[in-house]
Amino acid sequence: MGNGTQLGRVRGLGAGGGAVVHHWWLQRVTAVGSLILVLWFVFSLVRLPSLDYASAVMWVRQPIVAVPLMLLIVSVFWHFRLGVQVMLEDYLHGSKRVIAMLALNFYTCALAALALFSVLKVALSAAAG
Amino acid sequence: MASRPTVQPARPLSPHLTIWKWRVHMAVSIVHRVTGHALAFGAVLIFAWWLAALASGPAYYRFFLDIVLSPFGALVGIGLTWAMFQHMGSGIRHFIMDAGEGYDLVTSRRMAQATFAFSILATAGLWAWILAGGY
Repeated sequence: MGNGTQLGRVRGLGAGGGAVVHHWWLQRVTAVGSLILVLWFVFSLVRLPSLDYASAVMWVRQPIVAVPLMLLIVSVFWHFRLGVQVMLEDYLHGSKRVIAMLALNFYTCALAALALFSVLKVALSAAAG
Repeated sequence: MASRPTVQPARPLSPHLTIWKWRVHMAVSIVHRVTGHALAFGAVLIFAWWLAALASGPAYYRFFLDIVLSPFGALVGIGLTWAMFQHMGSGIRHFIMDAGEGYDLVTSRRMAQATFAFSILATAGLWAWILAGGY
C-alpha cells in the first residue's frame, strides 16, 4: 500500500477508512466462531448426566472443555460487543453515544474477565473439590 | 465534534418502522437485532453468572441452580433458547445474503419464514429433550 494513486489508496475503504470493513469482517468471523462453539456448548450441556456441582466441575475441568469454553467466551463477547455498537450508533448521538460506548466496553470486559477467570479457576484448581 | 451545537435542527429522517407494511423479511431483521440484545444482556449474563457460581464453590452454586431451575428460571431459559436459535437462523440467513444469494422475492421470503420455523422447532425439540431427561 502507499504507492498507488490517491484514489487507489482509498478505494474499498469507505467513509470509515477501513475501520468499518474491519468491524464488518470481525462480526462475521466471530459469528462463525460463535455458531460452532455455541452449538457445541448447548449440546454438551444437555447431554451431561446432571448439572450439579460435581458433574459441572468435572466437565469444565477437562482441557477439551475448558479451552473451547474460553474460546466461546472470546468469540461470543466480541461478537455481541460489535453488534451492540451498531445499535448504539444507530440510535444515540453525541455525548450520549460516547457514554453508552464506554458502558458497553466496561460491561463486556468486566463480564469476559469474570467468565474467563472462573473457567481457569475451576480448570486449574486441585481435584479435591 | 467539539463545536457541535447543543440543540440540533430538526432534520428529515428516512422512513422508519411506522411507515412500512410489515412483511416477514422486515420482521426477521428486527427480531435479529432484538434477540441479539436479549442474548447479549440476558443469556451472556446468566452464562457468566453460571461460571462464576461454579468457581465460587458448592454452596453458592446450589443457590444459583435453585434460581435457574425454578419455574421462572425455566421460562426465561426457554425464551433465551428461542432467542438463540432465532438469532442463529437469521445469522445463517445473513451469511447466505452476504454471499450474494437469495435476493429474489420468493427465496428471500422463504428464507425469512424458515428462520422462524427453525427457531420454534429447535426450541421445542431441545426443551422436550431437557424435560424428558428429567433434570
